[in-house]
Amino acid sequence: MRRAGARETTTAAAMLQRLRTLARDLPRRVTFMEVCGTHTHAIGAAGLRQLLPERMRLVSGPGCPVCVTPVGYLDHAEALARQRGVELCSFGDLYRVPSSRGSLERLAAEGFPVRIVYSPHDALALAEQHADSDLVFLSIGFETTTPTVAATLETARERGVRNLRILPGNKRIAPALSALARDPDVRIDGLLLPGHVSVITGAAVYRFLAREHRLASVVAGFRPLEILAALIELTRMLLAERPALANLYPSVVRDEGNAVAQQLSERWFTAADADWRGLGPIPDSGLRLRERAADWDASRVAVELPEAREPSGCRCGEVLRGAIDPPDCPLFAQRCTPERPVGACMVSSEGSCAAWFRHERASRPVARAAAARAKGDPA
Amino acid sequence: MCLAIPMKLIERDELSGTAELQGVRRRVSLMLLPEARVGDQILIHAGFAIATVDPEEAAETVRLFDALREAEAAEADDRTSGETDASPAPPTSREERA
Repeated sequence: MRRAGARETTTAAAMLQRLRTLARDLPRRVTFMEVCGTHTHAIGAAGLRQLLPERMRLVSGPGCPVCVTPVGYLDHAEALARQRGVELCSFGDLYRVPSSRGSLERLAAEGFPVRIVYSPHDALALAEQHADSDLVFLSIGFETTTPTVAATLETARERGVRNLRILPGNKRIAPALSALARDPDVRIDGLLLPGHVSVITGAAVYRFLAREHRLASVVAGFRPLEILAALIELTRMLLAERPALANLYPSVVRDEGNAVAQQLSERWFTAADADWRGLGPIPDSGLRLRERAADWDASRVAVELPEAREPSGCRCGEVLRGAIDPPDCPLFAQRCTPERPVGACMVSSEGSCAAWFRHERASRPVARAAAARAKGDPA
Repeated sequence: MCLAIPMKLIERDELSGTAELQGVRRRVSLMLLPEARVGDQILIHAGFAIATVDPEEAAETVRLFDALREAEAAEADDRTSGETDASPAPPTSREERA
């Protein structure tokens, strides 16, 4: 990771000062949500949350694909591996996430093949190298990742590869934000929108947030300066009482997004209702493979699934809605740690609980969190 | 998981190429960014280029940040020189954690 230079540090200090000056004029305490897990990680690593004005609370949202993947998806993957003798290919983040009965890690320990890949393309390469294998790629991720899966399937078809299928678990962020905006338990004044999802979708898809929900929203980059600039912009919008959409990541995010990637995703996937951990079922928030891609679809294989069971006592769901901070969960840093995670949010480095554990634990004792909640915080 | 890293495209054939960052090279697919040209800064996610980094917009962002820093420095000077004023000083310690 690049270290911040002196110039960047002075700029950050100036931005913080600006943010504090602006925050003094806020009529009440406001809550912003960083939607994206990569933001959560960046904010934690830079220690930004502790530096914010008292009147500003920054909560994490549902933008960690591993965290929002429901336990039933992992159960499904396990059942495929056990009953059909397939080899699973997965992004590393999913490896230790608890399922109803175990995890991919435990499955591998039992001798079932689970391969970790960096790119969907690696799964294709494995399928080509091992023509007698039956590979299932665990396809999770948001709009950033979906086109890479579509492109991989496209290549597999062109090359006549027949031993690769996917288990679709891909999700769409805009319908989830729409559901959050309608949730009466979730009071958010502004959103830090996910930069790299927006590279693909374009910024324009978020216009509804201001128009329909009067939510201020800013597409933001991932450096601390970019995140601070986004918070300043959100605060300005609130002070002016003019919630709008701003794109502060224009070097890579355009209004219309990446059309090639969108078309490729469209060719293979179509919108479907999907279940989110924490948020529940949300219409059109997921993707399934189209009918004509049935041969590539591992979800069509009938398997017996156990009753989906979330880990007992885990409050991941509330964390993902921004309803509580990780230290508000009684398991946090007690029974649930990155070494022995109970919930998904503690597994992925982008999960809120893991980010808090690594970067912010010392700054916010559990008791203080509890006291803040008892006062009915936030306003 | 939506992590993406800017790298420089140093060679390409049909729909794949080699990208470099600080001496580290890797093969990347250009299927999602067929218009990429050698020399472009490209954003890589999961082995795929997904966007070119617009150098003008990137420079503009830096300029905006610089302008903000300078404006803030000027205001800080004003705040220091205005401390003898009768106007109430802005709240500091009570309001904020440093």
